[in-house]
Amino acid sequence: MYAQMVKTDAARVKSLDDMAPEERAFQERIDAGQKIEPKEWMPEGYRKTLVRQISQHAHSEIVGQLPEGNWITRAPTLERKAILLAKVQDEAGHGLYLYCAAETLGISRDEMYEQLHSGKAKYSSIFNYPTLSWADIGAIGWLVDGAAIMNQVPLQRCSYGPYARAMVRICKEESFHQRQGFDILAKMVKGTPAQRAMVQDALDRWWWPSLMMFGPSDDASIHSAQSMVWKIKQNSNDELRQKFVDQTVPQAEYLGLTVPDPDLKWNEKKGGYDFGEPDWKEFFEVIAGNGLCNAERLGARRKAWDDGAWFRDGLTVHAEKASARRAAKTAAAE
Amino acid sequence: MATAIIVEAAVDRAALFEFLLRMGDNALILGHRLSEWCGHAPALEEDIALANTALDLIGQTQLWLGLAGEVEGRGRSADDLAYLRDAREFRNLLLTERPNGDYGKTMMRQFLFDAWHYVVLKALRASSDARIAEIAEKASKEVSYHLERSRDLVIRLGDGTAESQARMQEALDDLWPYTGEMFVSETSDEPLGAAGMAPEPQSLKAEWDALVAEALSEATLKKPADGHMHKGGKRGIHTEHLGYILAELQFLQRAYPGATW
Repeated sequence: MYAQMVKTDAARVKSLDDMAPEERAFQERIDAGQKIEPKEWMPEGYRKTLVRQISQHAHSEIVGQLPEGNWITRAPTLERKAILLAKVQDEAGHGLYLYCAAETLGISRDEMYEQLHSGKAKYSSIFNYPTLSWADIGAIGWLVDGAAIMNQVPLQRCSYGPYARAMVRICKEESFHQRQGFDILAKMVKGTPAQRAMVQDALDRWWWPSLMMFGPSDDASIHSAQSMVWKIKQNSNDELRQKFVDQTVPQAEYLGLTVPDPDLKWNEKKGGYDFGEPDWKEFFEVIAGNGLCNAERLGARRKAWDDGAWFRDGLTVHAEKASARRAAKTAAAE
Repeated sequence: MATAIIVEAAVDRAALFEFLLRMGDNALILGHRLSEWCGHAPALEEDIALANTALDLIGQTQLWLGLAGEVEGRGRSADDLAYLRDAREFRNLLLTERPNGDYGKTMMRQFLFDAWHYVVLKALRASSDARIAEIAEKASKEVSYHLERSRDLVIRLGDGTAESQARMQEALDDLWPYTGEMFVSETSDEPLGAAGMAPEPQSLKAEWDALVAEALSEATLKKPADGHMHKGGKRGIHTEHLGYILAELQFLQRAYPGATW
């Protein structure tokens, strides 16, 4: 889940009877499963919530290039290098669609960058963990993209048209990403003891941060309740986490790995796994900026932006010059 | 008579192997340099475009080095050649291993290389060796686009602000001494030229000069004088940078010999 704990500005969820006619008509359209499009009326809270969620999602794609980019230059074969390049390029493309979707809500990409760089806007906690071995690249595809898919598949049915449509394309690419991650690990577990140890170590380090991606339990959250009424969110964090664990544990077994959770047990009655509680203290520390890589990730993004200012200015000024030259030419011809 | 033919074929094979390594190593080392930018480019569109160019170059590496291994006939794969040779055995142009510098320098390096790459691939499409012609056909489609893009950015940044122009001029002045090597003939080039397999390097210079001069003029940049030119890459004498590139690129294959990934 690339968007965590998105606020809605709601103090409580209103009933239809509490709403003014305009808002009521809007809510009835959502209840009827209709899509809301950019130019249509929407409550300010709906717009703001979407900006927060979509921009957080976009920032996660962009910052997410960094931990994987860390291994592109060290990928072990030409084919793995090409696949990883293609994957990271996809992530940047996802960032682009998402920024465009957010722009339809009246915010510019530069404003969103400013919010990221100032720390006002967040990105997913997962990208503040380091990629320490090649197996981590497999684990990110398998677990991190796997968790993202859990969240993004329902978002294809989100009430806001541009976001829902961006998600359709993104989901197709994400499933390729997840398969490439799993494939990296499947190859490594059939390799040497050192490679197998590398894979187990990656699972040990990425398992809990992946479960944290869904965010803490939100059954009592007013923001989640409001987002569900608006059909921006479709499932609770716990539901998605459960689905993820149920899907992933058999895959870990297939790879011959041990999930690092002593409380993990199949529960016949519920038809799913029981599992332990992630360390939420660690989660909140990472969100607060204290993860191992927070400073480096954000620093890298700020540096890319600041160092690129002359480049962007150069292009802008060239475009102005070219357009002035065209205008002068047209005037001379008349 | 039969012995003479075998000897001649063997000479050609060694020359051909050298040539294919050059093509593959240029793509590999430049692709590596471009991939260092991942996530750090000055605009999201540039991140996407650079990854795309790097991806094309890595794909071309697979084809050239794959064919090199086949021609060599010692059972070495493209990966063996990429990951298990040391710096002295690499045949890339020194230009491709120059550090990225700022984004302007990366684009200038790309343009100077793309212009050469475009011209050499165009000639190789008519190679008497069908395998070479086939790779060149595929690669030149990609490289036409690389050139279009790097040329366009060099022009826009050269004819942009005073700062962008100064940066592009500095990049050009720094990189210029690394361009002469593209047109230096080695002994191995002669038999290939004679057999119509690959063009003599010198024969590419006029077209490259024209392409570059035209773009630099539009970019309001001053073409440096052709003074001393560095060379050595084609014979495996590199700058100190290549050793570090290989230390990174080959890390896993070197640290875990024989492992499959």
